[in-house]
Amino acid sequence: MITTYLFYFLSFLAIMFGLMVVLSKNPIHSVLYLVLTFFAIAGHYVLLNAQFLAAVHIIVYAGAIMVLFLFVIMLLNLNKETEPHKSLWLKASAAVASGSLLIVFVGALKNATNIPATNVANPNVGLIENLGKVLFSDFLLPFEVASILLLGAMVGAVMLGKKSIK
Amino acid sequence: MVLTPIIFKIILVLCVFGITLLVATYSTYAERKIAAFLQDRIGPDRAGPFGILQPLADAVKMFMKEEMIPTVSNKWLFILGPALALLTACMTGVVIPWGKSLIIGGHEYSLQITDLNIGILYLFGVVSLGVYGIMIGGWASNNKYSLLGGIRASSQMISYEVAMGLSIIALVMTTGTLSLKDIAAAQHGGHWNFFIQPLGCLIFIICAFAETNRAPFDLAECETELIGGYHTEYSSMKLGFFLFAEYINMFISSAVIATFYFGGYNMPFVGRFVHDPNWLAVLGIVFMFAKISFGIFFFMWVRWTIPRFRYDQLMNLGWKVLIPLSILNIVVTGVFMMRHEIMAYFVK
Repeated sequence: MITTYLFYFLSFLAIMFGLMVVLSKNPIHSVLYLVLTFFAIAGHYVLLNAQFLAAVHIIVYAGAIMVLFLFVIMLLNLNKETEPHKSLWLKASAAVASGSLLIVFVGALKNATNIPATNVANPNVGLIENLGKVLFSDFLLPFEVASILLLGAMVGAVMLGKKSIK
Repeated sequence: MVLTPIIFKIILVLCVFGITLLVATYSTYAERKIAAFLQDRIGPDRAGPFGILQPLADAVKMFMKEEMIPTVSNKWLFILGPALALLTACMTGVVIPWGKSLIIGGHEYSLQITDLNIGILYLFGVVSLGVYGIMIGGWASNNKYSLLGGIRASSQMISYEVAMGLSIIALVMTTGTLSLKDIAAAQHGGHWNFFIQPLGCLIFIICAFAETNRAPFDLAECETELIGGYHTEYSSMKLGFFLFAEYINMFISSAVIATFYFGGYNMPFVGRFVHDPNWLAVLGIVFMFAKISFGIFFFMWVRWTIPRFRYDQLMNLGWKVLIPLSILNIVVTGVFMMRHEIMAYFVK
């Protein structure tokens, strides 16, 4: 099956680029690797026949959010001299905490079996017509609540951005 | 040999690629000639008759120039910048329907490379990636002017993408599809979307100017403030790639505007006189390219007519004028589409 090979290939890319995000010394490189990670994940969405989600993922994450990240990092001009140095104690505790989380994840997924696809009957569920219908009928309330959340975040950003409140 | 669909697609891809490059090449010539015309000059006339070989001479010059990569720059990203700019510029051509289907030996061959059912979103995604080439190039040059130019370009493109997306939403509402093929086909018989969505069309065209970094929005390479902007440090063909990407973007933008709002390959009245589908398809391509040529001319016309905006004016126009206008456009379109239901609600 070609989709299986593609799945492994994309997973390999996603994990490799994800590691590169963490391991690169230069923050600009990290952001660019994160963009590549998003591309690999968008490939996964396409494999799941969720083309709309893949396109929106690229537009929103790679096209907008990561551009803003890049923007801020370029303006901050981070380099070796300005890099904040954490104490050894902090580094050790971070390593222990994230290591424990890794153990928890491995333990939780150790006995995981193949989860059968819930909606096999309709393979086109990820296409935009079906997605739109579901979003505006079954999941209307969460959809609207999410939009209010975004509106609230936007108003908050505008308030914070104001120089002086009269 | 039977023309299998895959071979036809490969030929089509090569044709679209070649034509894109050719049109972009001669757009540089057209730009200089139109500038000369608008400023009452003669323009390039040395290379070949009427200076028709000028683009070739320019290309040779670009390739022969000494190539310099600043030692303080980030070498790989410095090379990646113009490559990405050209790549994203070339990627958008695949979803544009260049004409109707050709029928060869009883088989139908679509003149669109691929008909994605999320064609508009694909287009939008590629456009939103176009900013990376400029940003990476501007940052990797390790030059203050380049960085400022790159940051200007990216903030401008992000700002205008919002208004562009909102203006497309109104178009999607009236057409009911995200596929460019269906949008083009639905405009058959003079039902151009321009007449349905005039405000959306205007906003889209303004945003297209901003997305392609063309005058009056070419602040990214504002000479008086930023020397050459994001491509200050670039020389030889890498500079050529950046400039070339701009012309490809202009060509593709014209094609998209023609497809979205001006009927695409549809032509008025010809259907009454020509009935052979192949001739119709060929004429459709001719009309499509006529519309694109006018679009490119319009881009140049505006460049040599309107002076460059100031940066705060640009941002005010984007955020305080175009976005509210496009939201208003969506609301008005929605109310108009639902007018019978709304009337039925109030008039019991």
